[in-house]
Amino acid sequence: MLNYVLRRGFMALLVALTVSFGTFALFHFATDPAQTIAGEDAPQEMVDDIREQYGFDRPVSTQYFNWLGGVLRGDFGESFFWKQPVVELIQEHAGVTVMLALASLSVTILIALPLGISAALRPNTWVDRFALSTAVSAQAVPNFWLGLMLIIVFAVTFPIFPVSGDSTWRHFVLPALVLGASSVPAVMRLTRTGLLDVLSSDYIRTARAKGFIGYRLILQQALRNALLPIVSVLAVQLGYKLGGSVVTESVFSMNGLGRLAVESIFNSDIPTVQSLILIFVLTFVLLTLAADLINAWLDPRIRMG
Amino acid sequence: MSTASILDIRELSVEIPTESSTLKAVRGISLDLKRGETLGIVGESGSGKSMTALAIMNLLPPSAKRAAACINFDGNNLAQASERQLARDVRGQRIGMIFQEPMTSLNPVYSIGRQLTETMTLHRDVSAATAEARAVHLLEKVGLPDPASRLKQYPHELSGGQRQRVMIAMALMNEPELLIADEPTTALDVTIQAQILHLLRDLQQELGMSMILITHDLGVVSRAADKIAVMYAGDIVETGNTTEVLKDPRHPYTQGLLECVPGYRNGAAQRLGAIPGIVPAMTGTVQGCAFASRCPRAVDLCRTDVPPREAVSPGRYYVCHDPVTHDTAKPLTVETAAHEGAAGPSQLPKPTVLTVEQVSCTFSVRRGLFGKRKPLKALNEVSLSIEKGEILALVGESGCGKTTLSRTIMGLQSPSGGSVILNGQRIEDLPPLQRARMIQPIFQDPYSSLNPRKTIGDIIGKPLAVHRIGTKAEQRAHTHRMMELVGLPARVFNSYPDQLSGGQRQRAAIGRALIMNPEVVICDEPTSALDVSVQAQILNLLLDLRDELDLTYLFVTHNLSVVEHMADRVAVMYLGEIVECGDRDQVMSDPKHPYTRALMDSALSISPGETVPDLGLSGDFPNPINRPSGCSFHPRCPIAEQQCRDKAPASELIDTTLVKCWKAGVSVGRSGNPSINESNNNMEESAP
Repeated sequence: MLNYVLRRGFMALLVALTVSFGTFALFHFATDPAQTIAGEDAPQEMVDDIREQYGFDRPVSTQYFNWLGGVLRGDFGESFFWKQPVVELIQEHAGVTVMLALASLSVTILIALPLGISAALRPNTWVDRFALSTAVSAQAVPNFWLGLMLIIVFAVTFPIFPVSGDSTWRHFVLPALVLGASSVPAVMRLTRTGLLDVLSSDYIRTARAKGFIGYRLILQQALRNALLPIVSVLAVQLGYKLGGSVVTESVFSMNGLGRLAVESIFNSDIPTVQSLILIFVLTFVLLTLAADLINAWLDPRIRMG
Repeated sequence: MSTASILDIRELSVEIPTESSTLKAVRGISLDLKRGETLGIVGESGSGKSMTALAIMNLLPPSAKRAAACINFDGNNLAQASERQLARDVRGQRIGMIFQEPMTSLNPVYSIGRQLTETMTLHRDVSAATAEARAVHLLEKVGLPDPASRLKQYPHELSGGQRQRVMIAMALMNEPELLIADEPTTALDVTIQAQILHLLRDLQQELGMSMILITHDLGVVSRAADKIAVMYAGDIVETGNTTEVLKDPRHPYTQGLLECVPGYRNGAAQRLGAIPGIVPAMTGTVQGCAFASRCPRAVDLCRTDVPPREAVSPGRYYVCHDPVTHDTAKPLTVETAAHEGAAGPSQLPKPTVLTVEQVSCTFSVRRGLFGKRKPLKALNEVSLSIEKGEILALVGESGCGKTTLSRTIMGLQSPSGGSVILNGQRIEDLPPLQRARMIQPIFQDPYSSLNPRKTIGDIIGKPLAVHRIGTKAEQRAHTHRMMELVGLPARVFNSYPDQLSGGQRQRAAIGRALIMNPEVVICDEPTSALDVSVQAQILNLLLDLRDELDLTYLFVTHNLSVVEHMADRVAVMYLGEIVECGDRDQVMSDPKHPYTRALMDSALSISPGETVPDLGLSGDFPNPINRPSGCSFHPRCPIAEQQCRDKAPASELIDTTLVKCWKAGVSVGRSGNPSINESNNNMEESAP
């Protein structure tokens, strides 16, 4: 098991470093950070000064490792645009995103799992068809539209929840619904097919022959097997959500990492973009790793393999 | 033992709706089982025997519909019981069930201990400790060594035989009154099969349990069942006392089935009987007798009228218009063409086609990232030779290296020592195309060994195209000739494999292997995926083709009655070594190695009245990565001594048989296991 964790952790680190270096290099070839800092109309000497001062004239790899060295010491550099340490910027915005991601993940789980399970228990009945059509609609509806509709209904017509902002928990209800709904189709379908597969397996027939029936059959015999692929997909979905949901955050005017990322890209704020990408990548690989570890805990074959 | 009925089934039907119509899987059968009795249900695949078993406790697939006048289990009508009642009172508690596939029938994510104990705690108010104690007790009973520590293990850590033992223990947790065993040993090796059947019998006697044993293997029922019910196309066509039915079969189907079993009539030198065609799918309305289309005795009445149920004696009846009676009892379906048989190669010395010299094959296996590489000796200095026109059978249990050896012979695996010589040339030196021309395989599973996207004509003719032999038209003509030779109708030329039956697919595989006219054909379990009637057809075909085309076969199999029927010589493999090799009659009737002896004992020929022998083997087939010291068989050997543990024996020649055993030369050989003489006599006796 320790072996497994070490190997997976090493791979995850390599992936994170590769991606962050790639984006670092791309950014440096595509834009001129010195020009950005100096401003469009700045005289050439000033731009050159800045280039030297910030070290933009050195090779990309040197710059990257300097930056990475800073990151390892907890110094993510200073934002060109907001003129404050990137660490502070991220701290200000991360809370909203993490909160929204976790809330929307709960929404996904609370809708998709029961729907998928009941569809699998009664395949080709009205329950199943209802679940499938819900999934198809959720897939077809664009996020921003669903967001706007929810605002119109639950914030304007019936003012139950606030229209926008992120100061209280009530602000998170509608955006979490929107963001959560977007992952429902994938998770619900996987639950349905996975559980159908498990239910038709030989060991479930054995369990029935032993006298298992109803919820005990599902919860004590089938679910753990069906959970394995769901865990992996949920990890990926949570990764997307933590990576900042630009559209949802924009619609509800929430100050999350998604909006920070978009704004820093528009303003060529390289230190901020760099740091965000590194954080997103690390989040993703850590979540995948976590999913693998959870699966290893669920399934002895992976654990001991 | 009381003679009261424990199970009384009347007019049980199972229907499965399909897209176009309804499949009648079980058609109104009636069964009766007394306390302590064993009923064997036999039939080919598709005969409805598994559906019958599942229907008793209503464990059928959700789409299947069950109907029955009554399923009386100890006074309770299970046909009327609700799902909840069945789950609470019957399933797993009063009726236990064992399924065919041990590899998939246990839940992979829960430990053995949990799966065993929950069977008990689900139904009874007992403490976890009590259930655990019972589990350990039963695991010990079913012969799993070190049962207490097994509880923590997971199914994937156990071998197939061990998992099946766990299944049996699980079914017995609540001391059921009835045990339903659906092909409990089909997926297992012969020695394990004998051990499991023996065990079931012991447990049954001890617990006074009744048993329904479902199998396609007539040898198994003949030894293990008191009563037998022969099923065909969803109906019981003949039933009665096992001895009576097998000694004096009345229904042409029962008789046909028996004729198909190698060794039933006369051992070798006989053509097997064959039942033409396949089990028809019972859809729509059934007119007359379902067997009529395949029956050699069918008269006009059979095609129009449902045959009557004729009682022979109490509890014994058959369903037929034109039954076999004593004066007509001759081999019905046996084609009369004289067959030279496997035993009749001419006495002239034939050239040796294939020689395997001291071939070793070692894989290195690593566990974990930092684990040490360990050598796995799949083959250990194996030597063999095959003469032109000969059939050499290679026998052994799974994991013994049969497949590695056949891959090495085909040149698909390079040996780490020794060499394979084909017609005087080392196989490594041959270019792949030439090698493929000289040596061709026929594989076990015709369902997966043929490309599903190619037509049969393409598949059979492909080697001609690869080797660029002849024009397109000539290749086509050649393919048609080959199809005729292997008995495939010309109309399937453009069919795809999934449109063919299993037997036809295997014929296509044989055609593909033979079209280049190879020197040696490697048949790797060519019939073990097939029903017995189809197996008989394929074995007949292989023998005919051998005579016609002067072919040489290396016949890899675990089925000893097939070996007895087909082979000229036999090589027995154990853990990557040939432990005995010699003429078929020598090896089979006077085995010298204790392992060969155990194998021969475990071959269950049809002999009602006999029981399943106790092999005296201890333990399971070892993991080749931890080879035992000395003779690799010593941990399981009933006659092993200190010498065997210390030093590996060399091959020596005894009565023209090569044997690798310290104790074979010493005359104690046969006294090691007294049942051996008995069982050999049985083989001869069973032939009428």
